[in-house]
Amino acid sequence: MSTIQSIAGQNERHPDETLVERVRAGDVSAYDTLVRKYERRIFRIAQNVTQNREDAEDVMQDAFLKAYEKLDQFQGNSKFYTWLVRIAVNESLMRLRKRRTGKMVSIDEDMETEEGTVPRDLADWAPNPEQNFNQAELAEILRKTIQGLPQGFRVVFVLRDVEGLSTEETAETLGLSIPAVKSRLLRARLQLRDRLSRYFHRKTGVEK
Amino acid sequence: MTCREFLALLDDLIDENLTAETRAEIEQHLHKCGHCEVIFNTTRKTIEIYRSHELYELPPAVNERLHAAIMARCKAKHS
Repeated sequence: MSTIQSIAGQNERHPDETLVERVRAGDVSAYDTLVRKYERRIFRIAQNVTQNREDAEDVMQDAFLKAYEKLDQFQGNSKFYTWLVRIAVNESLMRLRKRRTGKMVSIDEDMETEEGTVPRDLADWAPNPEQNFNQAELAEILRKTIQGLPQGFRVVFVLRDVEGLSTEETAETLGLSIPAVKSRLLRARLQLRDRLSRYFHRKTGVEK
Repeated sequence: MTCREFLALLDDLIDENLTAETRAEIEQHLHKCGHCEVIFNTTRKTIEIYRSHELYELPPAVNERLHAAIMARCKAKHS
């Protein structure tokens, strides 16, 4: 049933396509609609990659401006959103490079290659561990934890799990192979789980 | 199924990309292996927590300022 639905879904026109066509025809208000629709998500992605609020604000503006200028180059064989995310990720990496002068920053940095290591932490979490923290504490824990991930894992996790891109879209956006996205996603998920365990055990009083 | 084999299928299990047959094999493994069951449940929970919490708020006033700046720059290019 889901297969039939998804095939039907592929034949329907994405509402962004109409908006993109209108922008190309000179209707700036259609671009306003696209910006409104995606600006918060683009900001979140930029903040996740750059880990800097000022950079994230700049990236958000520059990415939308660049997309507007290059809209003629947008092929339409990918979604407008995926194309936009790609621009935003590249802009974010450029900002990081500027901040870390002399040090190359790429999506491939800090990569470990060993695969399939089974995590050793056996202790379970409380049923709803996040309820042991107030919202501000929890947000701080989640931010600190994701900041500790290597860049190349963090971006994959954010695009795939937080922003809901498919594996294929994530691969296309980052210029990675599908196996590379899958391998990074697994490692990102396991590392985050492992890091969060420290917080969730301490407060719940479960012995490690 | 070994723990290592389970781990190789963990993402597909979380993303619900598995055949009924493989799922059944995994469920059998999880039934006997508390270790992998914990990994499965807490990894799924990790994703849920990140998905449901906004870590980087964009206050409405800042959002409006940035939105206006973007549109002003686009309009300047257009004209």
